[in-house]
Amino acid sequence: MTVATETRTGEAGHWGAEVRSDLHVRIEPRSRGGIDIELESRVKPYYGDAMRRQAEEVLEALGVRHAQVQIHDEGALPFVIAARIEAAARRAGRGEGTRVLPDRIALPEPSSRDRMRRSRLYVPGSEPKYFINAALHGADAIILDLEDSVHASEKDAARLLVRNALRAVDFLECERMVRINQLPLGLEDLDEIVPESPDLILIPKVENPGQVVEAGKRIAAIKGDYGITRPIWLMPILESALGIENAFAIATESEKIVALTIGLEDYTADLGVVKTSAGAESLFARQRVVNAAHAARIQAIDSVFGDVGDTDGLRAWGLNSRALGFEGMGCVHPLQIPVIHEAYAPTPAEIERARRIVAAYNEAQEKGLGVVSLGSKMIDPPVVNRALKLMARAKAMGIVD
Amino acid sequence: MVDGKARDQSGAAEAIEDVMAILDKTELVTNAAGRMVPETVNGRTQTAYMGVGKYQPRGNKAAPPIRTAADYPATGDKRVADLETALRKCGLRDGMVISSHHHLRDGDRVALMALEAAARIGVKDLMWFPSASFPSQKGAIELMESRVIDHVEGSMNGPLGDYCTQGKMRGMGVLRSHGGRWQAIQDGEVHIDVAVIAAPTADPFGNCDGSHGKSACGSLGFALADSTYADHVIAVTDNLVPFPCIPWQIQGNNVDYVVEVESIGDPAKIVSGTTQITRSPDRLRIAEFVARFLRDAGILRNGFSFQAGAGGIALAFVSYLKQMMKQAGVKARFVRGGSTKYLVELLEEGLTDYILDGQTFDLDGVRSMADNPRHVATSPFTSYNYHGKGNFASLVDAVVLGATEVDTNFNANVVTHSDGRLLHGIGGWQNCLAAGCTILAVPSFRDRIPVIVDEVTTLCGPGELIDVVVTERGIAINPRRQDLLDAVKGSKLPIRPLPDIKKEVERICGGRPQRPKRGERPVAIVKWVDGTVLDTVWQIP
Repeated sequence: MTVATETRTGEAGHWGAEVRSDLHVRIEPRSRGGIDIELESRVKPYYGDAMRRQAEEVLEALGVRHAQVQIHDEGALPFVIAARIEAAARRAGRGEGTRVLPDRIALPEPSSRDRMRRSRLYVPGSEPKYFINAALHGADAIILDLEDSVHASEKDAARLLVRNALRAVDFLECERMVRINQLPLGLEDLDEIVPESPDLILIPKVENPGQVVEAGKRIAAIKGDYGITRPIWLMPILESALGIENAFAIATESEKIVALTIGLEDYTADLGVVKTSAGAESLFARQRVVNAAHAARIQAIDSVFGDVGDTDGLRAWGLNSRALGFEGMGCVHPLQIPVIHEAYAPTPAEIERARRIVAAYNEAQEKGLGVVSLGSKMIDPPVVNRALKLMARAKAMGIVD
Repeated sequence: MVDGKARDQSGAAEAIEDVMAILDKTELVTNAAGRMVPETVNGRTQTAYMGVGKYQPRGNKAAPPIRTAADYPATGDKRVADLETALRKCGLRDGMVISSHHHLRDGDRVALMALEAAARIGVKDLMWFPSASFPSQKGAIELMESRVIDHVEGSMNGPLGDYCTQGKMRGMGVLRSHGGRWQAIQDGEVHIDVAVIAAPTADPFGNCDGSHGKSACGSLGFALADSTYADHVIAVTDNLVPFPCIPWQIQGNNVDYVVEVESIGDPAKIVSGTTQITRSPDRLRIAEFVARFLRDAGILRNGFSFQAGAGGIALAFVSYLKQMMKQAGVKARFVRGGSTKYLVELLEEGLTDYILDGQTFDLDGVRSMADNPRHVATSPFTSYNYHGKGNFASLVDAVVLGATEVDTNFNANVVTHSDGRLLHGIGGWQNCLAAGCTILAVPSFRDRIPVIVDEVTTLCGPGELIDVVVTERGIAINPRRQDLLDAVKGSKLPIRPLPDIKKEVERICGGRPQRPKRGERPVAIVKWVDGTVLDTVWQIP
């Protein structure tokens, strides 16, 4: 009798009329006969040979020597093909401890602690078609999501896809963020993700500083193993009443934390209240996050606005969010990006006032005056500081020269 | 002496030998674009493409036979019982040319109705000459199998396209632009024996209108040439009104017979209820780039004109352009349709003086054409005809088109997939290349298939006429258009050389694609707007 694991069939990925940029792989290991690949693809006339070659290389690297392999391809790019074959092989009980990594494009410059984070676009980690052009739409960051947008049964496969995407996809100017799963599952995500040097890890459902410590230790260990010296920043997501209560302690736990954010779906569920577009039920929690973040000298980042069709609602939310002291928010569709950027941009009136304050300040400096005044009004130093910050921000947004 | 039967058989064998001899004799020549094209197509000697504007035939235009009003009923009632009767009265015989039109698009029932009536009469080897064919007309395949139809000269896609590219059609397909179809009719390259016109409204005299009736479709412009040049003209309607049918887009004075039927088409497939702007962020990005390009290049100015189709990108482009027109306080003198609700909104909000409409895509367009005298039905004669004394296409400041492939010399393909299968008709695409600024709005790759390539599979548009290629990864301006390159200097748009974009796409897709295998036998030709042969579609092995 054959051992059950030896004949276990492994499948991964998706195919069908509605599927684009993905593939389905079915691997049936056998004891002899070598590799037999059956390939169906609409791009076969152009990349059929390349796909076959790649499949053979990946299987060999995974140590799969004898198997019946079926590939239904829907125009997937090479980094997706590699990830799906690897996932299917692992599900077939093969390839343990082996990674088949696609070619790596040059790593972008490391991101800075206080870079602009107005918009971060969530991309479901199991949907490769959204990865490819995600960075074109001008978000400050892309979040490759392994948590809520990925079904429990797809966590293992999504992890490989996201890992490969970090190596092969050019995310242009966007900060490369990954949202891992809630610990302890998130630790397994880190094992695949951290070697590819993401710029920032979002840790979901953080309730106490200990969770940040746990994730931080794992990241440091992996970085050590791989000799990675560039920073990998952290952004804890507070999504419960307890998390909100512990906001400041969490925010100050690690010097790698650059921002604190809030997840309102889970938070309102925890409170047992309805999430409204006006947001009165979460006002306290959001203000608490803003205050804790500022106290810790990090950025406060708002939740997402889920209704993609409601541009006016999004704009109103963004304006309110900025007024509360947030510096950005999440987005679930590229069309939200310009609306969010507009909402977080200083208004022309604010810019004009800041410009006059800065001019008055510069003039006072030149004349060696200790007191800055604008017209008949005396300007306090904090006001000058705020004006300087606002002008710097407006410059970063490309609103002023 | 041989008996009758034996003679028939040897006759058939000779006929087959004749066909084989013709096929064997089909010599290929290299045209001015460097493409291999057949010298003879469907027994007719062809002129190979010579370059843009180079081919200028002389002589007189074709004309239909002289008719006498005395031969038509003085009551003006030209109705006959059914299509079969009408075709018999037209004297339909083996080998004749029967034409139809696509203003009812995929909802059309009339073309197949006419071809099936011809089958019942028992005629064979017809040439079907549609202004375009649609997937719902796949019944034509059976009629080719049963030899009622010999071949199709007109766009083929879907099942008909596959039938042609698999080499199953006896004759060769001839693909012409809307303007090229008019040119072929006018210079006698194609002689139409019987034209069958689907009319959403008609009177017994044969006047036809497209903008009213339960099957209203807007403009009937595609049928205009046939109505004036065909030997016989049949109008088929499901909405007969007493004389006069106003407006008469087709004049009854050109019509021989009128046939009343229950339904000329499926209204749900004739026009869309509403045309929808794409929500694909990549396509929206392309559309926004196109609009910004027109603005930054200074083309968007008071009194300008443009043309865009009804595809997702084109509609979104109109929407972005509209915002920019309002911001800049400029209005257009005219826009060319394919009209949709987005063009109608421009007209109704005073952002354009006129819509000159060749084809009406949605209910808002149909309503507007019926109600608004500034929404004018046009035909390929006014818009696209090579043998006209000028045409509107060259008066348009900017046109936004699609393509299946573009090469780094800006040559473009619009009729075949990269694997050589027929996908689209040429439509007005080739004719539109005459615009002041021709813009192709395309994704840089589809799934894993690059759109920006080394060499197009089928050449439909010479690169010298294509000025700008807008992709989600940047905008490439044809180096021949230094004026446009200068005009957008200082713009924030991502202007890049086309080979740069191609290189990036190949990196993403994992290298340069293999060249798909193609057969050795020509199955269709692509005509240039002047009637010369621009390229060949080859059998798929």
